[in-house]
Amino acid sequence: MSIFDIPTLDLARAQFAFVVSAHIVFPAFSIGTASYLMVLEALRMITGKEVFLRIFEFWKHIFAVVFGMGVVSGVVMSYEFGLNFAHFSDKAGPVIGPLMGYEVMTAFFLEAGFLGIMLFGRNRVNKWIYMFAVTMVAFGTLLSAFWILSVNSWMQTPAGFAMNDVGQFIPKDWWEVIFNPSLPYRFVHMVLAAYLTTALVVAGVGAWHHIKGTADDAVRTMFRMAVAMILVTAPIQIFAGDQHGLNTLEHQPAKIAAMEGHWETSKGAGLILFGIPNPSQERTDYKIEVPYASSLILTHSLDGEVPGLGDFPANERPPMTIVFFTFRIMVGLGFAFAAIGLWGGWLMWRKRLHEPGLFHKMALVFAPGGFLAIIMGWFTTEFGRQPYTVYGHFTTAESVSNLSHGAAWAALIGFVVVYAFLFGSGTFYLLRLMRRGPESAEPVENTPQRAGGVAGAMLANDVTTEKEEAHV
Amino acid sequence: MSGFAHYLPDIWAAIIAFAILTYVVLDGFDLGIGILFPFLGSEENRTRAMNSVAPVWDGNETWLVMGGGGLLAVFPLAYGIILNALYVPIIIMLLSLAFRGVAFEFRGKTRRWQKLWDKAFFGGSLIATLAQGAILGGLLRGPEVTGRTFTGGPFDWVSWFSLGTALALVAGYVMLGSAWLVIKTSHGLYDLARRVGQVSLIATLGFIALASLATPFLHPEYYHRWFQWPGVIWSAVVPLLLMVAGFGYWTAIRSDRGVVAYLSGIAIFILCFMGLGLSIFPYIVPASITIREASTTAMSQGFILVGAAIFLPIILAYTAYAYWVFRGKTSEHEHHY
Repeated sequence: MSIFDIPTLDLARAQFAFVVSAHIVFPAFSIGTASYLMVLEALRMITGKEVFLRIFEFWKHIFAVVFGMGVVSGVVMSYEFGLNFAHFSDKAGPVIGPLMGYEVMTAFFLEAGFLGIMLFGRNRVNKWIYMFAVTMVAFGTLLSAFWILSVNSWMQTPAGFAMNDVGQFIPKDWWEVIFNPSLPYRFVHMVLAAYLTTALVVAGVGAWHHIKGTADDAVRTMFRMAVAMILVTAPIQIFAGDQHGLNTLEHQPAKIAAMEGHWETSKGAGLILFGIPNPSQERTDYKIEVPYASSLILTHSLDGEVPGLGDFPANERPPMTIVFFTFRIMVGLGFAFAAIGLWGGWLMWRKRLHEPGLFHKMALVFAPGGFLAIIMGWFTTEFGRQPYTVYGHFTTAESVSNLSHGAAWAALIGFVVVYAFLFGSGTFYLLRLMRRGPESAEPVENTPQRAGGVAGAMLANDVTTEKEEAHV
Repeated sequence: MSGFAHYLPDIWAAIIAFAILTYVVLDGFDLGIGILFPFLGSEENRTRAMNSVAPVWDGNETWLVMGGGGLLAVFPLAYGIILNALYVPIIIMLLSLAFRGVAFEFRGKTRRWQKLWDKAFFGGSLIATLAQGAILGGLLRGPEVTGRTFTGGPFDWVSWFSLGTALALVAGYVMLGSAWLVIKTSHGLYDLARRVGQVSLIATLGFIALASLATPFLHPEYYHRWFQWPGVIWSAVVPLLLMVAGFGYWTAIRSDRGVVAYLSGIAIFILCFMGLGLSIFPYIVPASITIREASTTAMSQGFILVGAAIFLPIILAYTAYAYWVFRGKTSEHEHHY
């Protein structure tokens, strides 16, 4: 089969998967950064220390770039359901549509409305209104996560609906729809992931400046805050992930079978640490297994029953290989983050956190780790619910639009090329901002700079020319 | 079904029409500024024009998400069919808006690539506007529908008519953008905006006249509506109202009354929008699916109507506040952050 024989359904799926995977990292980072900025602004108001303002101004620039990329990829997402999955939109729209409508009305407008004031308005409103704007932006990001995860969770663990005579899902009980069985687990897991990811990035930037010897007071402060955040968040995340796994076992046993790598339902199942799923032979090869551990983790008993994928009809099985590996990468990263937190906590306790060493190198290496973990977790849960869009009720094949093969190809290539260019450039600018560090992010008050050229002014090379020009 | 539930589809059609109109008049002016971007003369003018919209563009664009999200929420069948039918121009619009949106942030982050992001801002704005106009033209011609599925081809939307609506929207957005620049700027940029405003007004009215002449002939249904009682009142009165609004814009843009010019521009858009409504209503996918057929259950429409009743006034209030915070002429040194 040549690459051009790929069915239109798979092209539509690939486009959706690509677009949503590219998008998810931006809101995740925005959620964490928005909350972080809110904490910094509050600390500044309470303590009156200028160091928090400097950290705030530094991360505000980074937030603005990330948020901008989140907005443009998010606008795409709001149309993606109808573009590629028109039948899904028709059939599931009555249930998920209103939830997404609430997301727009309670979250998107809130973020967008107060973002301008947060980015440009410090000298135009009083400090209480400014604090309020920062808080609303942070609150908006969390509300947005709540609604979209409610939609996603309903698709994974549908509840509170009936079917009508044209085959649409019709809401019966909104409470059951919104607070469907997997929402609490998914929401907590995602928000923790966002916080942990942001803490890892902040720690990574701090570590870089420690290694380079450019760690001033602001860098040290943000580094300490970030390491403390990892120390607290990572273990909670491991616990939350475990709880989410139990919920998945209850509602999506086929997904659990794929995650665990089991083909046969068994009692006293071992935990496969490593292996290579072999779908054609329906077994997992080269297994390294901890006896009874899978049963113990999932059922809290040594001889608890754990499902195997072989017990499901072949057309209801998720692709085990992808789910199996992405799940292991996510979990492995999670434990690595916890180790970094503990290591940093120990250094903090011994008052050696700011002495450059191996810890800083590791913090730098794992700085982008949260993003990888989020995408891996996203793959685990989304591939794991295949072949369904609405789990157990409506398949992906039934959901797809009437697309021409050529248009689907062109759109996929278009998204990949455009996103690679735009978000590649964005990442480059972010890294450059991070490399400059907060020492160049002067407090904006009383330092008139050229309009729109603030970031330009932050680039050390440009500072003099910018200022000269501003006075011409 | 109780009396109120019977009117839910109409109420929602009105809310979505309001969201789309709000999108058009708000994002319209910043897209118009994007289209004017290469013609603003100096680097300084460009920066100033961009800064005048930087604090508000994001909120403006959210109305586009509201239009799409609202359609999914209350008319899911129409959402699926329309997006399926207009797949190509919608993808083009989304990709162009992506270029345009990141340009706001990226432009100030680089010196070497600034010219590139200027082009991205211009190209993204222009192509997104053309695509939106083509979407309108393609929709008006009526996508081919069988049962609950779009059954036409990916390029059915291409026609002379959709080319005309695409160009009309470019002229209309430039007209709004010029009024905005008159409100927000002074000196050279202000003079330029006044000249461009006059030209774009004439172009806009010309395109509207052409589109109005063409629309009744797109579909026999439209013809009947426009030239039979009571539609004929509309066909007779609207040109007059458009002349009044056009005259308001013309006189205001020539003096320093940008707000009046902008409001007149909005009036022109509202009149066109009402004309569209007259052509289409009660269909939502022209000539094939009515708003009632596309409606989700009353339970869904009622549930989200509660939210709309509470949140839309709040949204409008803080949006107005955000505009108020950044009122007045944009100086060169402003809107840094």
